[in-house]
Order: sequence, then structure tokens, then C-alpha cells
Amino acid sequence: MSQELLRIQDLEMHFPIKEGVLQKTTGYVKAVNGVSLSVNKGETLGIVGESGCGKSTLAKTILGLLKPTSGDIFYEGESILNYNAKQMHELRRNIQMVFQDPFSSLNPRMQVGDIIAAPLKVYKTTKNVKHRVQELMELVGLKPEYYHRLPHEFSGGQRQRIGIARAIALEPKLIVCDEPVSALDVSVQAQVINLLEDLQKELGLTYIFIAHDLSVIKHMADRVGVMYLGKVMELSNNESFYQNAQHPYTNALLSAIPLPDPVKEKERERIVLKGDLPSPANPPSGCVFHTRCPRAQDYCKKNVPLLETKEDGTAHTVACFFPIEHAEQIQK
Amino acid sequence: MLKRKRNLLSIGILLLITIATITASLWSQTSPSFIDPTLRLLSPSSEHWFGTDHFGRDIFIRTIYAARVSLIVGAVVAVVATFLGTVTGLIAGYYKKADSIIMRIVDGMLAFPALILALALVAALGGSVANIIIALGFAFWPIMTRIVRAAVLQVKNVQYIEAAKTTGASDFVILTTYILPNILSPIIVQGTFTFARAILAEAALSFLGIGVNPTTPTWGNMLQEAQIYISMAPWFSIFPGLGIVLTVLALNMLGDGIRDAFDPHAKKQLKKRKKVSQQKYA
Repeated sequence: MSQELLRIQDLEMHFPIKEGVLQKTTGYVKAVNGVSLSVNKGETLGIVGESGCGKSTLAKTILGLLKPTSGDIFYEGESILNYNAKQMHELRRNIQMVFQDPFSSLNPRMQVGDIIAAPLKVYKTTKNVKHRVQELMELVGLKPEYYHRLPHEFSGGQRQRIGIARAIALEPKLIVCDEPVSALDVSVQAQVINLLEDLQKELGLTYIFIAHDLSVIKHMADRVGVMYLGKVMELSNNESFYQNAQHPYTNALLSAIPLPDPVKEKERERIVLKGDLPSPANPPSGCVFHTRCPRAQDYCKKNVPLLETKEDGTAHTVACFFPIEHAEQIQK
Repeated sequence: MLKRKRNLLSIGILLLITIATITASLWSQTSPSFIDPTLRLLSPSSEHWFGTDHFGRDIFIRTIYAARVSLIVGAVVAVVATFLGTVTGLIAGYYKKADSIIMRIVDGMLAFPALILALALVAALGGSVANIIIALGFAFWPIMTRIVRAAVLQVKNVQYIEAAKTTGASDFVILTTYILPNILSPIIVQGTFTFARAILAEAALSFLGIGVNPTTPTWGNMLQEAQIYISMAPWFSIFPGLGIVLTVLALNMLGDGIRDAFDPHAKKQLKKRKKVSQQKYA
């Protein structure tokens, strides 16, 4: 078993809803509601889920941009939530982020070279900043001549490369990619994904890769976690996840992936979930998925399923009382 | 921005006034305070272009010299108010706790009309150019604070600010290199308007007799002296008044022009308007 880099334990992030003149707190949006995950060195942990399920909030909490309501985050075995400003500053070198929207994540009034150089200047890692920036630009496939250009002169894919160059500038160990390709064209997506993979090999990076595209995750991730309403529903290694999904929600998500073969695509059986995503301010009792689950029973409404390891000892865990059995899957 | 005639015109007017007042002592032999009792209240002529006042002083020369005080007061007040307003606005917009404190002070100050506030301050401090600048700067900064704060609130949740935070940038760096450059346009526009308003306010204070020392020619002082002669010698009040009108108008037009130049929507509309008019005449 490889070494653990980051562990998240029972993480909760609740945002207060304030109303009225006196700004009284009338409730909480439970964006992340008890998430436990761990990431090993050098691997890619994929996290999927619908919009609003707390993926991005989770990312922001890991980066220390938000202070979680409860729970703990361990980096290399040390709890980082009680770090003081100086320790946090040092930690930031090791955890960086690639943002979803390459258009709003770059300062429109700064030259590309300065954008990539910003983290280098903060940490004063190198004297020859310009040389290092040009090195980084080459590494991510940008021409070093573009140093003095402004972000609006670039395409979406190129902008995302700038964002990636900025993230790897400090040689971090962990990069949180918050939907890094969902704003890009499909052809550009492939380029950016390949770039991320190459960088991982070259620099020994660990990724937390957030996406809502299961095909992208299948390609990138070593392990996959599914989130629904701030909770992890299923966590498994890549292979087992795509062949042997056990949670009804995962099953529904997987059935929604279009197939490239038009004949098979026509025969594809889709599981359409009924209803809408419940509000995270008022999540359903018991299993949060029971309102939309085709397998739900009365028991699910009262009891909360925990993410438990199955008896056969695989790393495949599922938070469901009535998971889809392996045999059942094969029958299908 | 320079393509529009209106902007060129306003820049032209401002340049003309500035150059005229700076070089006044080079091309005119008469002092603005040269008194000749034999030439009292003469109407405009080729010798005295704008006529003379009740002491026989040349109004043209005095109007030109008066621009010095107005422009200095306007410019310095604009800089002071912009600086104070930008600093407080950045802090109020960025830090939630400071926001409630700063904005309550600003609200309190905005409850007084700016001119009344300046009037009280000048009355307390005494009338000199420096005191007028202090008073007007103090009276005008809250408006700037509000505008800057609103702009900061808009920008501060954009992703590149978050990205800057993840790279470990300090708050000072974020405020100065990420937020400030992106809210510069409303600051410049409001700064220009403050310039114009300060000139008006200085004239008003001088007109009320608590402004700059009456021996120094300013547009406000001249108007005040002229008010009793308004029916006998209208040129006495028309020309300094014209000075105020032209300068303020030019500054306001310039402010509008800058705003349009910075606003991408306005640019689009302009293009559309052009297209429509071309189609009409085609």
C-alpha cells in the first residue's frame, strides 16, 4: 500500500442562511456533510457528482480557503486545520489548485508571465524568476515568447495551460483540479488531460480530480468517489467502479454515459432518476438518496448508511443498505 | 476614446485653460491686481477684452489668473479624495468587519450635504487655499469610498482572487495587484467628476466670502464682487462665470468619455448606433 498523502475525516462544511433585518441564522446549507476520504501519494482520486453536491466546496476546504464546520484534514499525518498563518503559508506550497473556468481564474490585467510568476514571487523560491517561468511555459506547452501577452489573447485551452503552469510553479505535491476541463471543447479537453497526466508522471504529482464527466474520470482516476448531497456514496478503485458499481446512484450515473457505437447507444438502457436534487439546506432523513432511489425501502428513510468496506476485503466501499449485488450486475 | 469629437473638445478646452493660466505672466504685462480708478467698469473693448471691474482691473487677465486657484484646488482635491476614498473603499470592500465601521462613518458623512460640510470646516479652519483643499477633500472622499467599495465587492469573489489566495499571496498583494487594477475605471471616472465638483465648490465657498483671500483672483471671488454691479456691468459676472461653466462642462464631458471608453457595453452600443445610422443613409 502506498503512502497516504492527505486524509479527510468526517468533514462538514455548513453555510449559515441568514434572513431578515437582524441577519438571524435560520438554517444551514449542508454543502459538505460528513466526508471521509484519503489520497495516496502519486495517485489520482476522482470525485464525481451532480452540480451542487459539494465537490467544489470540498476542494476549497482542502485548500484552506474555507474553514470547515467540523471534521479534520490531515496532510502527511498532521492535522492542518489548527495550523497558524505561517504553517498554513508553508502548506500552500504543497497544495495547489487548477480552477474550472479558465476565463475568470486569470487576472485580466496581468501579463501571462506575471500570472505564472506570482507564486514564485510570494515564496521567493528562485532568483531567476523569468527563466523559471519560461521553463514552466514550455513544460505546459506554451511558447515562452508569450510571456508579455495578456490572458484575453489566448484560447480556453491555452488559458487552462497557464492555470496549470501557475499551479505547478511551486512544485507542489498535491494538486486539486476543480473541473479543469469542463469549460473546454472536447478536443481541447483531451489535450489538457494528457498534459495533466504527463505532468503527473514527470513531477510525481498527486491529483484530486473533480469532475462531472464520468468518461474523463475513467481515463484519469486511480480511484473514484461519488458524491451526492455532501456525502460520499461510493468509493472504489477505477476498475471495480466502472464494472461493478454497487450504489443505485452510481448505477444511474453510469447508465447515462453515452456510448460511441450508435447501435449499442440505441440499445443502451438508461436509468432515469425521478425527481430533483433535494435542497442541501434541507436534506432528506436517513439515506439522503432515498427520495430518488429505485431500490429505496422504509428502512432507508430512517437509518443513515455508512460508507463501509465490504466483507470480501476489497477497497470498494458503498454507503447503501441494499447495494446492487455482483451477481445481479452480471445478469444484466 | 480620442476618436470622439466630444472628448477631443473637452480635452482641448482644459488644455487651453491650463496653458493660458500657466503662461499668463509671460504674455501679459498687466498685473491682475493693477488698479486704475480712471478705467472703472468699462465694457469689453479691444483694449480690455472682457472689460474692467469696479477698481479698473482688467477682467480678462483676472479671469485667466483665477483659473490657477480653481485648477489647483480641483486637482489636489480630486487626488486627495480619490486616494482617501480608494484606500478606505478597498479596506471596506475586502474586510467584512472593517466594512460595517467604515461604511457607518461614510453614511454619517453623506448625511451632510458636501458643501455644507466643507463650509463648516472652512469656517473653523480659516480661509486659505490649503484649508479649502483639506475641507473639500474631506467632504468628497465618502462618495469615492462607496464607489470603490461597490467595485471591490463585485471583483473580490471572482476566481482569480481565489487563485491568488491559493498561491499564498498576502492581502496587500491581492488588494494592490489583483483588485485595484480591475476597478480602476470607476475610480478614474469618479476622480474626474470630483475634480469638476471641487472647482464648483471652491467657487461657491469664495462666492460666499469664506473661501480664498479676496485679494487673490478666483472665479468665486470675482462673482461675489460682481454681484452688486450685475445690471450695470454684466460682463463683470459673465466672464468669470463662463470660466467655471467651460471648465466644469469640459471635465464632466471628459468623465463621461472615459466611462464610455472603459465600458464594453457602451462601445457595442456606439457601434450599433453607427451601423443603424449608416443603414439609414445608405
